[in-house]
Amino acid sequence: MITLRGVTKRFGTQVVLDRFDLDIEEGVVTAVTGPNGSGKTTLARLLLGLSVPDEGTIDGLDGRRGAMTFQDDRLCEQLTAVGNVRLVLGSSVDPSTVATALRDVGLDGESLTKPARDLSGGQRRRVAIVRAVLADADLVVLDEPFKGLDTDAKVQVMDYVLERCAGRTVLLITHDLTEAERFGARVVTLASTGRGPDSPDAGNVTEPSR
Amino acid sequence: MRPLLVLAFWLAVWQLVAWVVGQEILLASPVSVARRLAELVVTAGFWGTVGHSLARIATGFLAAAVVGALTAALAAWSRLVDVVLAPAMTAVRAAPVVSFIILLLMLPGGSGRLAAATSFLMVLPIVHATVLEGIRNRDRDLLEMAAVFRVPLPRRLAAIDIPAVLPYLAAACHVGIGLAWKAGVAAEVIGLPQGSIGERMYQGKLLLSSADVLAWTVVVIAVSFASERLIALLLARGRARLAGRPGPAQEGRPGPAADARGVAV
Repeated sequence: MITLRGVTKRFGTQVVLDRFDLDIEEGVVTAVTGPNGSGKTTLARLLLGLSVPDEGTIDGLDGRRGAMTFQDDRLCEQLTAVGNVRLVLGSSVDPSTVATALRDVGLDGESLTKPARDLSGGQRRRVAIVRAVLADADLVVLDEPFKGLDTDAKVQVMDYVLERCAGRTVLLITHDLTEAERFGARVVTLASTGRGPDSPDAGNVTEPSR
Repeated sequence: MRPLLVLAFWLAVWQLVAWVVGQEILLASPVSVARRLAELVVTAGFWGTVGHSLARIATGFLAAAVVGALTAALAAWSRLVDVVLAPAMTAVRAAPVVSFIILLLMLPGGSGRLAAATSFLMVLPIVHATVLEGIRNRDRDLLEMAAVFRVPLPRRLAAIDIPAVLPYLAAACHVGIGLAWKAGVAAEVIGLPQGSIGERMYQGKLLLSSADVLAWTVVVIAVSFASERLIALLLARGRARLAGRPGPAQEGRPGPAADARGVAV
């Protein structure tokens, strides 16, 4: 389990997370929702070691490998879809496995050989999702992963992610509660003040209905 | 077609000015220079002289490109190295080239290494500053992505760092190669290393043969231009190769399918 206790994060004078407490259980999906600026992405960055808390502790991260879909795709523009995924996977994963995964989320043969700079927004998003899902990670953070996908694509990609993330520790950041429901996620709602679920004046935790 | 017309225009202007001056000693006409050049290129000595200067100036230039890139990487890595190197690079860049030439001539055997050392000192600060800027302008988001996924350094260098820095290195080389030739030949004219282009230009001056001086000038321009094109080609190929090889992930497989735009599978 990953536990956050009394975590505070400030940017200048702005307090984004204020004495935040949270338990992230192993092998399940934890969905984090809340209004813009409530600290959802800041929370993800703290969990992945991209940022450190000003106060408080985060336990359970030692030796843990992370993977993430960022809100922007962060692809190497000169590499193809397969190349971008293989960049993070290493030599242990065969290119055909990557190509199959990309086909599973709807990329056709032609789009597999194009450089990322020539892919559409939706295609780039799918590459970023496959990269995070295929990575050898103990914690998968999906920050608004389905943003920009049309309805059909969203269903297809969500099915793929559900299948590949079963039994893994996932943090899903979303504004869409139906996505959290689909994942059977435990939902943590952050208050606009950046208070955690266990803090006074905070949001709440909703357990999944399974 | 247009570059040829522009060239023809300037040759016509040169011819006109030479005709107005009317003295071959002061300003040889393009025809005289071309005739002198035709006489020179068929001699073995000509190619030996070009090879002599080319070897030394290219050595200085390449050494500056390598050392400048390394010092830039060190300066980007360590604030202390940056603070120590910055004033030195500024001083080398601002100092008159003739100061270096005179100092080098005062060293034992300095004449032999003069062109290489002068070219090196002229190009080094340009490569250092430009590559350092390239390193600092790398895409932070991609570097963060690589940190999250723990992409190994060699793979990160090939896919993110070097492709980001190569355009800066190419720009530095583009500027630097012309400067290396200018400074290198100037050093040869002053130091007169035996068998160099600078020595031949100086002999032209002693013989009051502006045709000789201008013929060798044309040679320097041509070799400098050819060097610049060659370096641009090599850097473009390097870029395509890197794009076609995201890292050790593709080792042991058939070669990457990099197309003309540098696309990798």
